[in-house]
Amino acid sequence: MLASILTIVLIVGGTVLLSWPLGKYMAALFSGRFARADQLFATATGGTQEQNWKQYSFALIAFNVVMFGFVFTLLATQHLLPLNPDSQGAASLDLVFNTAASFTTNTNLQHYSGESTWSYLAQLGGLMWLQFVSAATGIAALAALARGIGGQASMGNFFLDVQRAAFCVLLPLALLLASAIALAGVPMTLEGAASVTTLEGATQTIARGPAAAFVAIKQLGTNGGGFFGPNSTHPLENPSFWSNLAEMVSLIIIPMACVWMFGRIINRPKHAAVIFGVMAALLAIKLAAAVTFESAPTMAFTELPVQQDVGNLEGKELRLGAITGPLWAVLTTATSNGSVGAMHDSLNPLTGLVPMAGMWLNETFGGLGVGMINMFLYVALAAFVAGMMVGRTPEYLGHRIEGREMRLVVLALIAHPLLILGGTALFAATPWGLDTLGNTGAHGFSEILYEFSSAAANNGSGFEGLGDNTPAWNIATGLVMLIARFLPIIVPLAIVGSLMAKRRSAESAGTLSVEGPTFGVMLFIVILIFGALTFFPAAALGPIAEHVTLMR
Amino acid sequence: MQYLLPSLRLWLVTFLVCVIGYSAMVLGFAQAVVPFQANGSIIEADGRAVGSQLIAQDFTSPRYFWPRPSAVDYDGMGAGGSNKSPTSPELTERAQAIIARHSATGDNPIPADLVAASGGGLDPHISLAGALYQADRIAAARGIAASEVRRLIEAQAVSAAGPFAPERIVNVLELNLALDQLAQ
Repeated sequence: MLASILTIVLIVGGTVLLSWPLGKYMAALFSGRFARADQLFATATGGTQEQNWKQYSFALIAFNVVMFGFVFTLLATQHLLPLNPDSQGAASLDLVFNTAASFTTNTNLQHYSGESTWSYLAQLGGLMWLQFVSAATGIAALAALARGIGGQASMGNFFLDVQRAAFCVLLPLALLLASAIALAGVPMTLEGAASVTTLEGATQTIARGPAAAFVAIKQLGTNGGGFFGPNSTHPLENPSFWSNLAEMVSLIIIPMACVWMFGRIINRPKHAAVIFGVMAALLAIKLAAAVTFESAPTMAFTELPVQQDVGNLEGKELRLGAITGPLWAVLTTATSNGSVGAMHDSLNPLTGLVPMAGMWLNETFGGLGVGMINMFLYVALAAFVAGMMVGRTPEYLGHRIEGREMRLVVLALIAHPLLILGGTALFAATPWGLDTLGNTGAHGFSEILYEFSSAAANNGSGFEGLGDNTPAWNIATGLVMLIARFLPIIVPLAIVGSLMAKRRSAESAGTLSVEGPTFGVMLFIVILIFGALTFFPAAALGPIAEHVTLMR
Repeated sequence: MQYLLPSLRLWLVTFLVCVIGYSAMVLGFAQAVVPFQANGSIIEADGRAVGSQLIAQDFTSPRYFWPRPSAVDYDGMGAGGSNKSPTSPELTERAQAIIARHSATGDNPIPADLVAASGGGLDPHISLAGALYQADRIAAARGIAASEVRRLIEAQAVSAAGPFAPERIVNVLELNLALDQLAQ
């Protein structure tokens, strides 16, 4: 246990330290400090004209339409195209729609197994490309938001920002990580599956492929879509403790750096430290809960002659160490990554609640760029509530928050539970959901709840017992992912656009400081009340009911 | 329209750099520096490919160490876990069958990893305890001393990451290859 706690502290603490210089670098990058690179990027996409929030949003949507359209076409025609050594056939159109939506929105929900569905061209040219540019889209949106809040006259240029994020942040880190995990044993080949004759004379066919390149950006870009079906529990996707370490650090480092980047662009690093502290506190609570719950043994074996001194091993890999299950589950849902290092469906019931809570809150560092944007909504809400409590006009960094802004904040915040709970209710009441369950009773309800939480949080992990490659699931979660991606990006940009149009007031002694612990506590409470009250009834029907009735 | 053209140019330049350039660089690096791992860590014995060092394969003969159970029957083209809740009676039934195969009893309980399926269904390792648990059966089936089998296990067992993951584990395929070597 002591070794486990030490390992967690070293991994998370070390990543916090590394995120600081990275955030500093990203802030410099998005402030235009690298003029020669910017010049090159401007040539590539034709200009750097400054955009207001509407123009920036239109540019973002236009590029995302190109992303979706290109990859939809590529996936739908993969059986006619080259780089398909294992002769993967045509995929159903509803699966193609779901997958294209899933990777465009940085979700990477996967209703398929990569090794038996997509060609290498589809994986690299379609899905991996989206893993780069969807992550870059999120970072770009955060940079634009921060510029607006920070008082700059324009939000920047979307096409320039995407290239900065993709080429100067994601690409170098991905090259580093891909090389490291290739050394650890992740395959990188264009050869098709290997056929071997086992020691007992049977034939085993072993899928392989260009996994190292794919896995690296999957981890770094809060994408989470695995090259192989079971993601980073697959030995070829995560062959050793050391590859696991590198993959976990890279899962959380850029989301952490995004907070520092935000603080530097708005020129309020202390405010960023308060936000970072709130996120870190939420993360610590979730980690403590998950590690504790998962140390309980597998209930199904308690009456049997089984040595149960090692916690719950179902769905876990020995080489990754006992701590990986709960730690990865928390990190991957705190951020919107969604890759897995253990099977979430087989976590103990209350452990399974922790990743769900992560996706419900969806801003404990969160997705690249968008996690901090989600947090901005809570910050605005907290500033508003705090202002009301002391009877002053609510302000945030000198921006007056009024009715129009609050309506938009509430719209963006309410959409999240509405999509999750509405979708869950629909599928829990109809054969669309009921006929696809891998477990019965309360755990079956958890599978549905998890799937919609994952889609709405743009997370992409799953309770994989669910038979989710059906037209109903593919279309429903595809739509949820698209709404849940673009609404919480565009609406905050609109809010900031509205704030930018107003005259900024000077902060006085009477203004609530957003740089102190008081605001931190306020923010923490607003998040907990909003998250806990909204989702507690659903949690009680799923994981809590299962724990109370079945765990002894 | 004013956004479509830059979007297409952005598509082109990101595709060239992040897909073609990036993949080629990683491919070149991996194939040049670690060709064995880059091609799936395929192990050869007597000139034929017998498996991947990283992928579990099924062993049923009492002469060999048995791996952890696999929810996908060790299918290298369709990996996956059981995805059953740890409270599921189906896990109990699966465990009972394995317990019977290992002849485990209350006095000699079986290590948990031998009855719990891994996440990908292809975990190449078992715990040190899980290997030692099978030593007597293998010694009897091969007509060799159990101490010899235990010595082999001890020689192969490694901890995944020293002080950070002190539990020792054994690679089943490599251990079974070493067993066959012993016989020759």
